[in-house]
Amino acid sequence: MRFFGIDCEFARLDAPLPIFRARVDAVQWQDLARSVVEIHGQLVSLWGADHRAAGGGFEVSAAYRCADGLLWAYLALDTVQPRYPDIAHLFPAANRMQRAARDLVGFVADGSGDDRPWLRHDAWPEDYFPLRNENTGQERFDPAAADYAFVRVEGDGVHEIPVGPVHAGIIEPGHFRFSVVGEKVLRLEQRLGYKHKGIERRFVGMTVDEGARLAGRVSGDSTVAYAWAYAMAVESLSAAQVPERACWLRALLLERERIANHLGDLGALGNDAAFGMALAQFSRLREDWLRVNAKCFGHRLLMDQIRPGGVVSDPPRDARQMLREQTAVMISAVSELQSIFDEHAGLQDRLVTTGRITPDLARKLGLTGLAARASGGVADLRADFGWAPYGHIRFKPCSQQNGDVAARVNIRFAELFESLRLSDALLDELPHGPIHAPTVAPANTKGAGWVEGWRGEVLVALETDAVGAISRCHCHDPSWQNWPVLEHAVIGNIVADFPLINKSFNLSYAGQDL
Amino acid sequence: MWQVLKRIARTGIVTEPKPQPALEWRTDAQQIHAEILAILGRALAIREVDAGSCNGCELEINALNNPYYNIEGLGIKFVASPRHADMLLVTGPVSRHMEIALRRTYDATPAPKLVVAVGDCGCTGGIFGESYASCGRVSNVIPVDVAVPGCPPPPIDILRGILAAVCTSHPDDISADAESN
Ligand code: SF4
Repeated sequence: MRFFGIDCEFARLDAPLPIFRARVDAVQWQDLARSVVEIHGQLVSLWGADHRAAGGGFEVSAAYRCADGLLWAYLALDTVQPRYPDIAHLFPAANRMQRAARDLVGFVADGSGDDRPWLRHDAWPEDYFPLRNENTGQERFDPAAADYAFVRVEGDGVHEIPVGPVHAGIIEPGHFRFSVVGEKVLRLEQRLGYKHKGIERRFVGMTVDEGARLAGRVSGDSTVAYAWAYAMAVESLSAAQVPERACWLRALLLERERIANHLGDLGALGNDAAFGMALAQFSRLREDWLRVNAKCFGHRLLMDQIRPGGVVSDPPRDARQMLREQTAVMISAVSELQSIFDEHAGLQDRLVTTGRITPDLARKLGLTGLAARASGGVADLRADFGWAPYGHIRFKPCSQQNGDVAARVNIRFAELFESLRLSDALLDELPHGPIHAPTVAPANTKGAGWVEGWRGEVLVALETDAVGAISRCHCHDPSWQNWPVLEHAVIGNIVADFPLINKSFNLSYAGQDL
Repeated sequence: MWQVLKRIARTGIVTEPKPQPALEWRTDAQQIHAEILAILGRALAIREVDAGSCNGCELEINALNNPYYNIEGLGIKFVASPRHADMLLVTGPVSRHMEIALRRTYDATPAPKLVVAVGDCGCTGGIFGESYASCGRVSNVIPVDVAVPGCPPPPIDILRGILAAVCTSHPDDISADAESN
C-alpha cells in the first residue's frame, strides 16, 4: 500500500490493528513526516536498532498514527556516521525520543538544535551505546558526573525551585526545575531518566516467552496494556491466531486495569485538592477491585495474565457472578461520588481552569491518550480501529473540551462508567473455547502490537534474531508525548497547584525511563 | 455536605485486623515470641524511596494508606524527609542513576535507620538484574534489615515486613512487653 503519494510500498503486518511497515530513504523519511503533519496525524514513537550482527546495518524507525492506522517507516543509516534528518521541528515530542536514540544506539538527528543527553546521566560515558551489538550491557562505568544544561529564565524577581529526584510522597523519582515569580510558574523544565535500568538491552537474547514478563514490567500500572501489546507483536510476527475467548478475556483485563487506575487517580486528585474523603472512598473501592482481581485472575495488578498466543488462565466458575456483582456495586458507588464531586464548590474551584491545555495546543504538541481526550481529542484505538473484541461490543469513546484538571477528572469518571459497562458486555458475550494457541516465533522477523492502555497508546515493536529469540524490543509509553505537555500545563499556575496538575496527567516515569 | 456525611456513614469502618509480622523475612534470624504491635507505642516514620521500580510496588505501598489497612491507626506514617524517618522503604532494583540519591537519603536518615527492601527487585534485582544501568538489589547499595519478596508484594506483606523490621530493632521492648502480659 502507498500513502501520501510517497513512492514506497508499505506492507501490512499480520496484526489485528492496521499496522504498515516500509523501508524509506532519507528524502521519503522527511516527506512522510511532513505529510503526517499535514493530515493532522501524530508521531507515536521513534527508536533505533543495530542489525549488524545479523548481517544488516543501523536502522532508525518512526511510527506515525494516521486515519488508516500505524505507519512504521525505517531508514537505513551509515554504520560509521549514523545520522538521519531531524523530525522534532515537525513533532515536538520527537525531541526526547531522538535524544534517547542517541544515548542508547548513538544515532544523531541532523539539524536538531538540542544535543543534550536524555536517558544518560552519569552511569555510562558518551561514547558507550548499550544497544550496539558489540556491547553486552554488562559493562560497568564510573564516569564523572556532568552538569546538565537547564534552560535559564532571566528577569527581575525570577528565581528557581529545583525539586527531586526524590519527591516528598510515594512517587517515582524525577527532577523538576521551576522558574517562578512570586507564586507564579513562568517555566518548568523536567529532567527524567533516573529510573533507566536498561530494559531494552535486557530484552536482547530472551526467548519471546520470557520477554512477556519483562514487557509487563515496563510500567507496572499498565502491565496489562504492555503485556497485550507485546503479545500482539509476537503474534503478528508468527501469524498466530488468538482464540476468540482469549481476546475477550484480554479486553476484560485491560478494562479492569483502566478502572483500577481511574479509581486510584480520582481519589488522589480529590486529596490533592484538599478533599480527603475522596481518597478514603476511592482507595477503598480500588482495594475492593484489586481483591477481586486476585480472586478471579490470581494477581491484584493482573501481571503475567496475558501471554503470546492467548491468556494464562480461565477465571474460576464463580468469577462471572462475582465480577458482575462488583460492577453493579461500583457503578452505584462511583455515581454517588461523582455527584459529590460535581456539587462540591470548593473542590470545583480548585479544579476548573487549573493546568489548562487548549485543544489547539494539545494537537500541536502531540498530546495523546486520556489527557488528549480531556483537551477535545477523540482518538482512541478501541474506537478507531475496533480490533477484537472492541469492534463487537459497541465501545463509545469519551471526550471533554476544557483541557483543565476538571476535564481530566471528568474524563476519568466518563471512562470509568464506559469501562464498567464494557466489562459487563464482555462477560455477557464471552465466547466459549480455548484460551491459548501455541505460537512459534520465526527467525529474523518483525512484528508490532498497539493497544489503548488507560493512559494512552502503548506500542511494542519486536524483532527476532537468527534463532527466533529477541534481537530488539522497543516499548513505547504514551508518557513520552505527555511529559513535555505537562511543562506547558503549569505555566501561569501557582507552584502549589503543581502536584494537582501533575496528578491529573499521572504520567509514568518508569515507562519513559526504560 | 449532607451527601458526604451520608456516604461516610454508609461506608462505616472497614479497617481490618492487623497482620502478624513476617519474622521469617528478617535478614537477621533472631527469634522473637511476642506480640509486636505494642512496639509501635510511638509513631513509626517511614520515608519511601523508589530507586528504580516499575511502579508496581509503589501502587501496593500506596494501597497501605487505604482504610482497610489503616496504617496511621497502627501508628505508622509516611514522611516527606529522610531526616524525620526511622525507616526507609526502598523499591526497585537500584538504577545507577538513583544510586547516589539513595545513598544520600540513607546518610541523612537518623538512627535506627531501618531499611526494608520491597519486592523481588529490591530483594534480588528481580527481572532487571544488574547491568550498565542497574545496581541490582538494594543491599548492593545500602544495608538492608528486611527484604519483602513478591512482584509486587501485596500490601499486607509489605506491612508484615515493616513490622518485622521494627521487631528486629526493638528486641528488648518485645521481651519486656511479653513479660508484662
Ligand atoms: S518487584 Fe515487581 S512490581 Fe516491584 S518493582 Fe520489581 S517488577 Fe515492579
